[in-house]
Amino acid sequence: MTTISKVRYSRRSMLKAGGAAVAAAALPAPMVWGQETKNITLRQFGTGVSNLNDVALKVKEDLGFNLEMTALDTDSVTQRAATQPNSFDIADIEYFICKKVWAAGNLQAMDTSKIAQYDNIAGTFRSGLLTPESTIAQGTAPHTVGFTTGADGTEFVQEESGWMTLIPTIYNADTLGIRPDLIGRPINNWSELLNPEFKGKASILDISSIGIMDMALVVESMGEYTYPDKGNMTKEEIDLTLGIFTEAKKNGQFRAFWKSFDESVNLMASGEVVIQSMWSPAITAVRSQGIPCVYQPLEEGYRSWGGGLGLSASLSGMELDAAYEYINWYLSGWVGGYLMRQGYYSAVPSTSKEFMSEDEWGYWYEGKESKGDIVSPTGAKLAGPGEVRDGGSFLDRMGSVVCWNSVMDENQYMVRKWNEFIAA
Amino acid sequence: MRNKSVIGWLLAAPLSLVLLVFLVAPIVMIVVVSFWGATEWSIYPAFLFDNYEFLLTSDVTYRVFLNTFKYAFITWVFTLLIGFTVAYYLAFHIRTLTWQIALFLLCTIPFLTSNIIRMISWIPFLGRNGIANSTLISMGVIDEPLEWLLFSDFSVILAFVHLYTLFMVVPIFNTMMRIDKSLIEAAADAGATGWQTLWHVIIPLTKPGIMIGTIFVVALVMGDFITVRFMSGSQSANMGRLIQNDIALLQYPSASATAVILLVTVLILIGTLLRFVDIRKEL
Repeated sequence: MTTISKVRYSRRSMLKAGGAAVAAAALPAPMVWGQETKNITLRQFGTGVSNLNDVALKVKEDLGFNLEMTALDTDSVTQRAATQPNSFDIADIEYFICKKVWAAGNLQAMDTSKIAQYDNIAGTFRSGLLTPESTIAQGTAPHTVGFTTGADGTEFVQEESGWMTLIPTIYNADTLGIRPDLIGRPINNWSELLNPEFKGKASILDISSIGIMDMALVVESMGEYTYPDKGNMTKEEIDLTLGIFTEAKKNGQFRAFWKSFDESVNLMASGEVVIQSMWSPAITAVRSQGIPCVYQPLEEGYRSWGGGLGLSASLSGMELDAAYEYINWYLSGWVGGYLMRQGYYSAVPSTSKEFMSEDEWGYWYEGKESKGDIVSPTGAKLAGPGEVRDGGSFLDRMGSVVCWNSVMDENQYMVRKWNEFIAA
Repeated sequence: MRNKSVIGWLLAAPLSLVLLVFLVAPIVMIVVVSFWGATEWSIYPAFLFDNYEFLLTSDVTYRVFLNTFKYAFITWVFTLLIGFTVAYYLAFHIRTLTWQIALFLLCTIPFLTSNIIRMISWIPFLGRNGIANSTLISMGVIDEPLEWLLFSDFSVILAFVHLYTLFMVVPIFNTMMRIDKSLIEAAADAGATGWQTLWHVIIPLTKPGIMIGTIFVVALVMGDFITVRFMSGSQSANMGRLIQNDIALLQYPSASATAVILLVTVLILIGTLLRFVDIRKEL
């Protein structure tokens, strides 16, 4: 792990530290820097799924500096990363957002030689291959936008160049969430989302880059059309996909659309909706209220996504060192264990394992039967002894991924059509 | 003489400056940006008609426009009926000024909380398994939960009426309080019935209040996006929602173009309303 030892200044640390920094510049002494670290505040923003106060508290405890968290919905995250570069130090964003905003130049590439756990980062984020035999799913796979040419790189490169755009932290395979008690029969296909049986009781998320992929899976499952590449549709394919869903919407298939994670929890827990696009911790949240909710594995496979930490281009000097230290700490296992217990996968599974009990590791990662109660990071009971995770082991779930959240070449057209779908 | 005009200019300057900086400049900016182009992450200066072309050639825009007017009109009808009745009761049926003020303040109590909270609290109430449905079922009025109570036009308009009725009550009550009571006595002496007095005396004299309330309600409903989003479960849209979606997707020029069209529409509407009543003369 790197420590803050280099004597460099940024304008901000100078202003913040004030006189102390001036004195320190005249008489550089190591203990002053230990003190200095405490005055550093890193501002991080991201979606509610991983911007957790527990993480900020643990950072203060382990590393001594302050971490300010702002949780926003996915679109607002994109907006901030693209338009307000001075409002953050660390961006906790998804890879498809990275594809959208990297060209804006608000993020800086990261030197992988400074990342202690780089060699242990899952293959998905480096070569793109989960196992050496895997095929790469359609869409914006993380490794395709994970590397750039150098410190000031603006283009993505397809090989491990030593400069990462985001340091991967979490990923998962998403599917439909269902209320088994209100449906009462097995659900095995994406096409069930548009099954008239669930008229007025279905929902889809109103985030275009993610929603369009769920739609594509439904359209393929219905047998309406097979896309050459779901992750990069033509205008005609976009029209077709949104056309099918607009018709379903007009027929009253959907109860509501959701945009933020807690909305999906409320829709499901209140019984307004019995089948919908959902994220893993939302299932956890519904279950911890004692309401049955299944993250249903489907025959056609999963839609996947990955997230990571990006550094603001304006970060330099001691803050930059602190940011690297924070990222190294992030990958060192405590956060990974926390996120795994919410149903995500950590990008460095080997370190997370050390922060989980054998039973937890078996349940969440290996898909084994639990021996005792499985509890969420906040202590709510999620499963009793003898239960198995929905979808099974890591390899079963991530091995069945058929597409990633995407930004397409025709993204602007898609966005406009999406807007029309929401307004239709 | 010259001195006086200088003083006049100076007196008008602070307000003009404030309006210039905080009203005129932003609007000019919006109009300018509405002709710009956008990439996925940035906007660039240009003089393009693309944004307007896309907007005005899409039939979705027209449907959304129609929807916006529909919400505004229905909300206006209900807020006017309720607002007028409440104001009438307060102004003519409550005898003492103390009680009038007390009851008027009572009307404003719900407005001490955030309007988002007032709106969202309808959601658990109207839901499929909410209080309204479970009460109706236990009373035996219905067998199945009513689906249209929530995430429908009904819930959107209900929330609008709930949120904005006070904006109708206040100006109407205000003008009613200034109606000379002897006019009503004169009408009674001349043999007018209660309805005749209402129609021929009170309503004409309350017109400015009604008009101000109308402007408030129409402008608020037409510019709203959050009520429509939450109460329709994102199923319905008005112009505000289009703008919000565009902004969320970083399409600022397109959002600006929609905003310009909305602004022009509202201005035309209010301009038309003001033709009927000269507010300045009657205030």
